[in-house]
Amino acid sequence: MTLQFLLDGVISGAMIGLGAIGITLTYSILRFSNFAHGDLMAWGAYAALVAVGAIGSLFGGAAPILPLSFGLPLILSTLLAMAVASAIALALDWLLFARLRARGQAIIVVMASFGASMALRNLLEFLFTSSPAYYSNALQIAKPLGLGIRITPDQVALLAMTLALVTAMHLYLTRSQRGREMRAYAQNPALARVVGIDTRAVIRATWIVGASLAAAAGVMVGVLVQIRPLMGLDLLLPMFAAAILGGIGSVPGAVLAGLIIGLSEAAAVQFIGAEWRAGVSFVILMAVLLVRPTGLFGVTER
Amino acid sequence: MTILSTRNLVAGYEPGLAIVRGASINVAAGEIVVILGPNGAGKSSLIKAIAGLVPISEGSVTLEGRDITALPAHRKIREGLAFVPQTENVFPRMSVEENLRLSIGIFPERNVAQGIEETYALFPDLARQSRLLAGSLSGGQRQMLAAARALIVKPRVLMLDEPSAGLSPKFVEQVFARLQEVRATGVTIVLVEQNARAALSIGDRAYVLVEGRDAHEGPARSLWDDPLIAELYLGKRKEAS
Repeated sequence: MTLQFLLDGVISGAMIGLGAIGITLTYSILRFSNFAHGDLMAWGAYAALVAVGAIGSLFGGAAPILPLSFGLPLILSTLLAMAVASAIALALDWLLFARLRARGQAIIVVMASFGASMALRNLLEFLFTSSPAYYSNALQIAKPLGLGIRITPDQVALLAMTLALVTAMHLYLTRSQRGREMRAYAQNPALARVVGIDTRAVIRATWIVGASLAAAAGVMVGVLVQIRPLMGLDLLLPMFAAAILGGIGSVPGAVLAGLIIGLSEAAAVQFIGAEWRAGVSFVILMAVLLVRPTGLFGVTER
Repeated sequence: MTILSTRNLVAGYEPGLAIVRGASINVAAGEIVVILGPNGAGKSSLIKAIAGLVPISEGSVTLEGRDITALPAHRKIREGLAFVPQTENVFPRMSVEENLRLSIGIFPERNVAQGIEETYALFPDLARQSRLLAGSLSGGQRQMLAAARALIVKPRVLMLDEPSAGLSPKFVEQVFARLQEVRATGVTIVLVEQNARAALSIGDRAYVLVEGRDAHEGPARSLWDDPLIAELYLGKRKEAS
């Protein structure tokens, strides 16, 4: 038996956790399940693909930063992808979600996010076809870590990037004024207004943070697996399961739960069969909702 | 000098269903003004409307001569008007210090550390509990934190909605003693209360609201001594019997 599944699970879990942060923030602050979140991830991945191509055309192909498969263009393109995903999220909110939120019926907003998801996904397929795309054709050679586990330099880099992003996110939410405002608004929107918090600014920040992390996760999936219009949809259930398992509104919870789900999926592939992978998130989601609906880090106020 | 006033204010949560139906009050700088009335008279809705939490359909609110009727709730604190709701008035999953830091952080130009230090000097209990989650505090401690959170931004007018609700007599006494200390620093206080005896004992003037309108107004002591008002709206006969 190889323990490689543990590393595979951690890497997959890191991507799920990064995406789940946006879902948990949107759910706790804007109070609806955004089913278009996975598509922001896919749009981020494709935006980076276009940007890498554009940088290559304008300035010539830059050499990768060895031993990685990618170079500076992809790093810059990831930043651009975050901006594009944020712009799409803000535009969706302005055009659709904000107007429907004002009616006060969350279910209408949820259904609208389904529609937005389909529109975004089909537009990607129309623009880029459903064929998979890649940032680089360079082959990566995995290095042995011991115990039969092998890891590629890209995987190391992307795990480090996840750790950096999650730490930055945690510091932003706990140490910055806007982060505190986002947490306050999630806990009590009316009191937040009384305290002097500009709720529109908090909503904008929520979309920007959530979409940026989704785009970063999308680029990670693109680097480690492939880029497809359906990539966000495939990760939607695991991301929702992570957000709920971690406890709605908890960033550390979403990340830890992402790792648990990634490891569970990898274990299912290893010990039961690859066809059961997709069912793992569903089983965890149902179990959490039945046994502990507040999740790992959720709280019940007295 | 009038610092806060409303003129024929009409407000309610739903269009066409007014709870406040033409209330006019005047609050002079440095006063403690108490708003009393039977249940459902619109007392809480009146100060929530002034705070920007209940939509106003008619009338006006002025603060230091400026019309703030249409100002959104989050902008009113910048104008010097603070409001402490009756319940859910702290952020439970934030520590005591985070609650204070959040409030003063709305004003980027202010010194956060100094503001927190001054607040702890006024509320020493909070200094000892600074790292505790606000949700773990007792009802009285939460009221203190809620008042401290409002006062840290140095408002000119502080409006409180039933600060004694649900508190033990010991805490009620403490809360009202603290309000008098706050008034001594120059802050004007508007107090909505069911506990008429305690509120009128510290108030300068009082309004009695009936069906959303200001039915009676006068010095706090004279309202307490008016047998008709005391019997009808303040529950005095019940207490005496």
